[in-house]
Amino acid sequence: MASLKLTINNQAHTVDVDPDMPLLWAIRDVVGLTGTKFGCGIAQCGACTVHLDGNPTRSCSVPVSAVVGQKITTIEGLSKNADHPVQKAWVEHQVPQCGYCQSGQIMSAVALLKQTPKPTDNDIDTAMQGNICRCGTYGRIRQAIHTASAEMASSPKMPKTTPKIGKR
Amino acid sequence: MSINPTPTGNETGTSRRNFLKAAGLTGTAFALGFSSTDSLASPILNLSGHPGLGHPELARPGLALPESVELTPYILIEKSGRITIMNPRPEIGQGTYQSVPALIAEELEVPLDKVVIRQTGGESKYGGMWSQAVGGSGSIRGGYTQMRKVGASAREMLIKAASNQWNVPVEECFAENATIVHKPTGRKLAYGLLAEPAAKLPVPKDPKLKDPKQFTMLGKSMSRLDIPMKVSGQATFGIDAKVPGMVYASIERCPVFGSKLVSFDAAQSLKVKGVRQAVKVERVIGKNHYDGVAIIADNYWAALQGRKALKVKWDHQGHDTFNSVDFEKNLRELAKTDGVVGHNTGDFDKTFANAPNQLEALYETPIVSHSTMEPMNALAHYKPGASTPGDKIEIWVSSQGGDLVRDEVAKVLKVPADNITVHILFNGGGFGRRLTQDFATEATLLSKAIGKPVKVVWTREDDTTLGPFRPMTFSAMRGALSADGKAIALQHKVISPSIDATMNQTYDKTKPDSTMLEATNEQKYEIPNLNTRYVHADIHIPLTYWRSVTSSTLAFSHECFIDEMAHKAGQDPLAFRLSMMTKDSDAKRVLLKLKEVSGWDKPLPAGKGRGVAQWEFFAGLAGQVVEVSKDKAGGVKVDKVYCVIDLGTVVNPDTVKAQVEGAIVMALTAATKDGITFENGQAVQKNFDTNHMLRINEMPEIEVHILAEGGPVIKGVGEPGLPPLAPALANAVFAATGKRIRRLPFNLEKV
Repeated sequence: MASLKLTINNQAHTVDVDPDMPLLWAIRDVVGLTGTKFGCGIAQCGACTVHLDGNPTRSCSVPVSAVVGQKITTIEGLSKNADHPVQKAWVEHQVPQCGYCQSGQIMSAVALLKQTPKPTDNDIDTAMQGNICRCGTYGRIRQAIHTASAEMASSPKMPKTTPKIGKR
Repeated sequence: MSINPTPTGNETGTSRRNFLKAAGLTGTAFALGFSSTDSLASPILNLSGHPGLGHPELARPGLALPESVELTPYILIEKSGRITIMNPRPEIGQGTYQSVPALIAEELEVPLDKVVIRQTGGESKYGGMWSQAVGGSGSIRGGYTQMRKVGASAREMLIKAASNQWNVPVEECFAENATIVHKPTGRKLAYGLLAEPAAKLPVPKDPKLKDPKQFTMLGKSMSRLDIPMKVSGQATFGIDAKVPGMVYASIERCPVFGSKLVSFDAAQSLKVKGVRQAVKVERVIGKNHYDGVAIIADNYWAALQGRKALKVKWDHQGHDTFNSVDFEKNLRELAKTDGVVGHNTGDFDKTFANAPNQLEALYETPIVSHSTMEPMNALAHYKPGASTPGDKIEIWVSSQGGDLVRDEVAKVLKVPADNITVHILFNGGGFGRRLTQDFATEATLLSKAIGKPVKVVWTREDDTTLGPFRPMTFSAMRGALSADGKAIALQHKVISPSIDATMNQTYDKTKPDSTMLEATNEQKYEIPNLNTRYVHADIHIPLTYWRSVTSSTLAFSHECFIDEMAHKAGQDPLAFRLSMMTKDSDAKRVLLKLKEVSGWDKPLPAGKGRGVAQWEFFAGLAGQVVEVSKDKAGGVKVDKVYCVIDLGTVVNPDTVKAQVEGAIVMALTAATKDGITFENGQAVQKNFDTNHMLRINEMPEIEVHILAEGGPVIKGVGEPGLPPLAPALANAVFAATGKRIRRLPFNLEKV
């Protein structure tokens, strides 16, 4: 066991856990933020996607000890009032069905738009391929990403809590 | 069954019961509280995301609604004016969190965004026998009138209460935006002020329902109330549940079905920091009882590590030789036997024998997993009482039925149903898997064994390999055409294991299995000699319902074979189908609409092909046209899917569209990705790296058309979009490439 300092959604947390514990379980079971989901445990489904210094990362496959000092952002930290342009576009297109994968989908989409503000369908395919949705919301995800892209292009002010891209 | 102890006047009580009878809610004693704080027999978890009523409720022992009045068990009105609608149908992604309360709210004249929605948990007053479950695409078609009557009767009671207060005729009053208005004077009374006197009035036996022309919500694409929660990480799923003092568990169960636990050694497990104990536990699924060893720990990761270190000795009872190759060989042998007759019209054998054109083909489909994104899990707390009948149980779970959980836990744990409190949370997918409550009873047995609340979370590997699965079906098809190309005889012989046989103690092999023959005799084609047969194949692996049940595989064989007959007759597949539908039917209307919207008669460029299929079954009716194009590498790409779904009446068109899109993705996955196969008695596919799911880059364009032209029959939404996809796709592949697909799954990249 080790006492580790984590920065999650701009808040400092000290967690006393096995350093090999995946970040996912530290976030869910120890810190108590349950918006990040467990889907497969082997980085195949993307339900556990969070940002590490702005980069989308499968939290089920990163040991918690490896992320000390990095800025961790979860779905809860994306915006204060669920008003990030991606979240708004997700509501506009009524994307979620069961909703279980959607935290991960949204975190991947936000990272995509950070990298590629005007993504083509191919860009979306590449960036979003790691996120499985069993309810089949892919068509709406694609539309919502385009809507969010347009919205972000028209409003230059980004929400303050949107993570910055940093070096890994 | 529970009767609310609150005294009720005889007359009123009777009329309420009559009302409930009229509303189709018979068979259960309904608790009809008039007052207040005890009106909810048990604390019901709030899933609404209402400020202050979110996640912390999980940890609160009892949630009373202060000074609220229960107009019917489904509607609670507080003096503050806050209105709570009880939703009996769990939200599994299909939108019942919006659509079912909307049925009540429309008639009650309250905007849905001002209402608190709560999920029932199997309480007797909301009925049993699946009335609090979601399956069979039944929530709207089952509840459309019943739920509207609930809202309408409450509205009439509120109007009556207002007219009494003002001493004016009821005809001069109307309901609007949670208030009663006196038309001549413009006076208004809010529902909160009327609820108490209204609750003392008799419930109208036959409340007047609104004219659909006056609907403000029903029939319109309304925003779903769960979506804001689901984009912000605030929606609480079963796996997110937490109570004070709870521990976590991961359970080692033998991947070889039917194995018995010989012994286990947890010495190494107990050395893992955070691991507390190892306990034998039982998984009960229908008639099947499976042993498991649970590792209990302070956190889930520790439980997983402890499980890895566990040594278990299993006796496989000979089941470790079971494999798919041999089982399929067996099915092909069985296909040569007659089986038992399910349906018969005319004389198939004679017609077939004498027909100028005969066709025969064997179609094969796989076992598949449900693979909900949220793996199975349950949090259970067994609370011993002074004596066994006093024991109480509380469960937090993602399940497709509050009543199903309660009944199954009562049965397995032998605790009275009324001692069981069930909190149904948002389901991270259902697809039929969460109709079986093995995960809930197992967690409860474990909690009883360790004396603590425990959350059991299945790994993805557990979820993929341990079933219950969708059964495979093989179909031996035979058909005959007259000299002028008319279909004169069709035989559909299903060879398969049976859901009922794997789940129930008694199964009569001499009778046709209606579930396994599902809808093979219900298609509207006017074929004079139709024969369906069932050949049972024994299997020891637990099987269950999967979205659209056996239609998910039988539509493939049936509708592909119809296509084969069309080609043999030298006819266009859609024209061939329509030629067998001389009488008007919904299925005919679906095909005609499909013909129109898909531009069926416009030729496609070379290298492209389109296929059609329709399917009518217990859940409803839909038809699809799939367009594909050949690629240079010998594969096929799915370009577009047109779907026409026939509903009669639609509640939320955008939700219907979403359900059809989802059904198509699920069907495409089942048709072109991995089935579950067995080697050495266990499932080969274990996680998403070997049990692949469709991903965004493989998503075809989808165009959905809804037929909702009224009529007495309301059809289902969640499932009908699924069965036509595989046959329409395979028929399109044939049109584009000349290759007939008779086995699923098939690889789109190498047709």
